[in-house]
Amino acid sequence: MGRTLVSAIIAAHSSQKAAEGEICQVKVDFAFANDITGAPAAASFREMGADRVFDPERCALLPDHFTPNKDIASAEQTKNGREFAREQGMLYWEVGRVGIEHAFLPEKGYILPGDIVLGADSHTCTGGALGALSTGVGSTDLAAVWALGETWLKVPPTIRVDFRGKRPGWVTGKDMILSLIGRISVQGARYMALEFGGEGIENLPMDDRFTIANMAVEAGAKTGVFVPDEKTLEYAQSRAAREFIPRYPDSDAAYARRETFDLDRMGPVAAMPSSPDNVKPVRECGSPEIDQVFIGACTNGRLRDIETAAKLMEGKKVAPNVRCIVIPASYEVYNAAMDKGYLRTFTEAGAVVCTPTCGPCLGGHMGILAAGERCVSTSNRNFVGRMGSPKSELILASPLTAAASAVTGRLTDPRDVMSEDFFKNLEGK
Amino acid sequence: MTNSFSGKAWKYGDHIDTDVIIPARYLVSSDEAVLGKYCMEDIDKDFVRKMSRGDMIVAGENFGCGSSREHAPLAIKGAGCSCVIAASFARIFYRNAINVGLPIFECPEAAASIETGDEVAVDPVAGTIENRTKGVTFRVAPFAPFLRDLISAGGLIPYARRRIEERRKGA
Repeated sequence: MGRTLVSAIIAAHSSQKAAEGEICQVKVDFAFANDITGAPAAASFREMGADRVFDPERCALLPDHFTPNKDIASAEQTKNGREFAREQGMLYWEVGRVGIEHAFLPEKGYILPGDIVLGADSHTCTGGALGALSTGVGSTDLAAVWALGETWLKVPPTIRVDFRGKRPGWVTGKDMILSLIGRISVQGARYMALEFGGEGIENLPMDDRFTIANMAVEAGAKTGVFVPDEKTLEYAQSRAAREFIPRYPDSDAAYARRETFDLDRMGPVAAMPSSPDNVKPVRECGSPEIDQVFIGACTNGRLRDIETAAKLMEGKKVAPNVRCIVIPASYEVYNAAMDKGYLRTFTEAGAVVCTPTCGPCLGGHMGILAAGERCVSTSNRNFVGRMGSPKSELILASPLTAAASAVTGRLTDPRDVMSEDFFKNLEGK
Repeated sequence: MTNSFSGKAWKYGDHIDTDVIIPARYLVSSDEAVLGKYCMEDIDKDFVRKMSRGDMIVAGENFGCGSSREHAPLAIKGAGCSCVIAASFARIFYRNAINVGLPIFECPEAAASIETGDEVAVDPVAGTIENRTKGVTFRVAPFAPFLRDLISAGGLIPYARRRIEERRKGA
């Protein structure tokens, strides 16, 4: 039997055979941390007795979580990371030029097809959209990669996920990944990899693929990889910061199992409180009233997400009892959304538009919830207390569902506020 | 990991995520003593007050899922827990725990048997978990050989230090 995509990537980075289950020492192409995980990684790096990072062009620190610094403690923490990055001469981008790490790094061509990428953040799996083995680790693991340029990875079994059929305009990458997690559970892919393919994703925009890969970890997966196609290569070639070699699975690859979805039968879905696998069709959720809507995060803060939400909200108003917070994930997205008039659409509708940051997604800042409040969010986790009070509730959904809910003040299927023509125009992208 | 542990068990369910182990509002420090004060706050507000040094967290499937924050195993250590026993662990937490020296034991049978308040003893060398309250003993599957090396080196920091020194000598 042949190799899965993940096994092929590990084999290309190791002198070992990379058989399933084998622990392999692998060379790492890129390694990064953020303002929360960077400072402890720097401390571990020093404790290891390391002097220099293995390659300053392949090691990065991105201040994105509690930035612009929300308080004195976060300012001190960011300062620690910044000083380490300067001392090492490694990649560092300041507030105003950075974005959420998992949106920014692919945009700038630092995560590329065929790469092994390690990040001290669980959503590092987002890079799987490019056909990279990109996976999250803790700060000490990351420090060892910065010091040595290598790490250990166990070759995981792979679940192959195929999407078939024609995707209706109301089905987004978010609905696709939530449908998968709802089916296999939050540990359905624990210690495994997900590999996405099928003719149903041929027309799927890169931004939707990033959303799908982003939430692989919510099924417990090490990573969620897309087999590179024309769209992948076009995206990567136009942005690449260095050379790359795309890898592919063998046609007779040995998969642990297969999951298949028919896109033409899929509709908007939501993950209800308080687990990403508590997934139901939006129309079967009982239209609960909401206090807040958050559109953004490394899950859904890209241009396609901002665009679909803005188009839905054009000429409409945010419901009087709702606060709608929109946070583009990077300045590339922010500026494009400004040029296209989307930011104006949001502010005219009565929404808040903030500077790129992880913001309220992890309960950091810019939209924390009080006890008893409920929020529809395009982020990736609705754990207890994730966005603030442990007595608040989070519902995860697509940007279209979030925008529709902002307008009505209740969790709302976008098809209940827009015509079929609206969705037809969204399909062709 | 040569010492054995004994203490009282505090039992939790499946999918205990790192956001409830240490909420993000406390991630402005990575000092284990500071983090330990807030350990498990969002799932069991009084945990730190109720438990005694050496006690253990026992949980179901997928313990430590979610955020990669190494602050989660640090908070558990900082609170004074001796180890965590679970039916299974999420992969990043599993690596982090080994790296920062928090002993973890994957044993579905022990996790199912043990209840809050049970007196439990763990012998990592013999690979046993004894529920002294119920008078039953369970075997723990050993770590993979590479992980055993990592653990016996004292965790990832001493292991990496050795590798860095080897490279310097080789250069």
